[in-house]
Amino acid sequence: MTDARRTLDAVWRMESPRLVASLTRLVRDVGLAEELAQDAFVAALEQWPRDGIPDRPGAWLYGTARHRAVDLIRREQNRSAKYTVLAGTLADAPPADAVVDDPVGDDLLSLVFLTCHPVLPRESRIALTLRLFGGLTTDEIARKFLVPSATVGQRISRAKRTLAEAHVPFEVPQADEMPARLGPVLEVVYSIFTEGHSATSGDSWIRRDLAQDAMRLARTLAALLPREPEVHGLVALLELQASRFDARRDGVLLQDQDRSLWDRTLVMHGLASLDRAVALGRPLGPYTLQAAIAACHSRAARFEDTDWEAVVALYDALAQVAPSPVVELNRAVAVLHADGPQAALVAVDSLRTDPRMVRYHLLGAVRADVLLRLDRPGEAAVELERAALLAPTLHERDLLRSRATAARDAAGAPRPTDHPTTHG
Amino acid sequence: MKVLVMITGSGADEDKIAPTEQMFVEMNAYNQQLAEAGIMLGGEGLLPTSTGAKVVFDKGVTTVVDGPFTEAKEIVAGYWIWEVSSLEEAVEWAKRCPHGDELTSSLQIRRLATVEDFGDAYTPEVAAQEDRVAATIREQQGA
Repeated sequence: MTDARRTLDAVWRMESPRLVASLTRLVRDVGLAEELAQDAFVAALEQWPRDGIPDRPGAWLYGTARHRAVDLIRREQNRSAKYTVLAGTLADAPPADAVVDDPVGDDLLSLVFLTCHPVLPRESRIALTLRLFGGLTTDEIARKFLVPSATVGQRISRAKRTLAEAHVPFEVPQADEMPARLGPVLEVVYSIFTEGHSATSGDSWIRRDLAQDAMRLARTLAALLPREPEVHGLVALLELQASRFDARRDGVLLQDQDRSLWDRTLVMHGLASLDRAVALGRPLGPYTLQAAIAACHSRAARFEDTDWEAVVALYDALAQVAPSPVVELNRAVAVLHADGPQAALVAVDSLRTDPRMVRYHLLGAVRADVLLRLDRPGEAAVELERAALLAPTLHERDLLRSRATAARDAAGAPRPTDHPTTHG
Repeated sequence: MKVLVMITGSGADEDKIAPTEQMFVEMNAYNQQLAEAGIMLGGEGLLPTSTGAKVVFDKGVTTVVDGPFTEAKEIVAGYWIWEVSSLEEAVEWAKRCPHGDELTSSLQIRRLATVEDFGDAYTPEVAAQEDRVAATIREQQGA
């Protein structure tokens, strides 16, 4: 049963990014563009329930917004130089129908490079991108990030001011600047995704709709920038990770997941995106390499069937383009499965002196895994207890604690609470 | 939510309109819009029913029928899988699908079922079967 209000919300989500982009192209100010877009939508909310939704809602909204822009500029042009200039450009602007089509997608692309501009702080880039490029409302963003609506509103207002004051141009970066400018855009989308599925705020439930929003943004970017391999790589990475959400409930590890719960549609589409990234023939970037690693898991019917040698090789490649102790640690896990615990212990121990690893709980967790396989459960228990103290969430701490208990039991050591002398 | 969207038309109309270049151009533009919205997860056009066949189970009797299916009221001409935020959004996208005005066609929108949707019918035996099918598909994908 379709619902009128949800239909209007759907139309806003579908139309607002392109609408705001086209209006920004017209009035050269994203803040003003957004206000005009919202005013047009208010008019739609009044008229469409009465007259029905027009055949081309985007054109209706743009025409309405542009009309208001002309009125506004006419009124203001004598009072402000900015509006005088705008009045001139409006006179030359192409007709409403032509602009809203935006066949090459340049307006939309210009918009996302604006909302992800490095001059903005990270949270602002995320909020502004979701709002203007993603078509989400302030309330929706606030709800998904578990912050007050007013906070998101202020963040967005400040961001628009910053962009205006910095005179950030509304354009698609040139080919030579593209690698540097694309990175922050992909990073924003990836941040939204990880916010939606990892536990950084003290609990472990998966916020699927944020992850969905991120995947949608990534796919849009892939359609707008089809010749950029890392964009396809990002789509692949997100979809392959998301394909496992149902199996990951309550933090089930990869080796224990019920693979029949993996989402086949997402796996297929993710693998196809990975193929597209690789087929473009450029050196593989970090998102594509991570996606390729995820694909090794997606292709394995069972954990035991994983091509671990391929995973190790991919981590080697990833360590070249995006070196980090985390990459090295993940590589050590792959070495464990490919070459056995002795080789893995060597790999893990080489990381213990890295100062960045001192507070990283997973280093201890991995070392414990390796020690257990070397039949050294007592040492493993110590590592797990220490890792539990460093864990960033209650859920992970509890998981590590219970693994520590199991290791201690295996070592035959008494539990800390076992004090026979205290029992009567 | 994921939806399957099928373009359907009458079997009797199948040969009436020959696809023109203009139709391809419009459909490509529409597919590009769907891709740029980030909702397109897959889709294919289907060749006419004259190239296909049907297996019919009719109260215990199984028969094979070769195409064309001129008497069928609904023939699927093509399909997509979209990831949308609501059924209403799927409807709005469907309304924009290019279509001729000479014949009647529909876009049927159906939500994909998830594990939760199956409820009691999803016994452990069914789950195990799914597992085997899924493993086979994954191996094919990886090949």
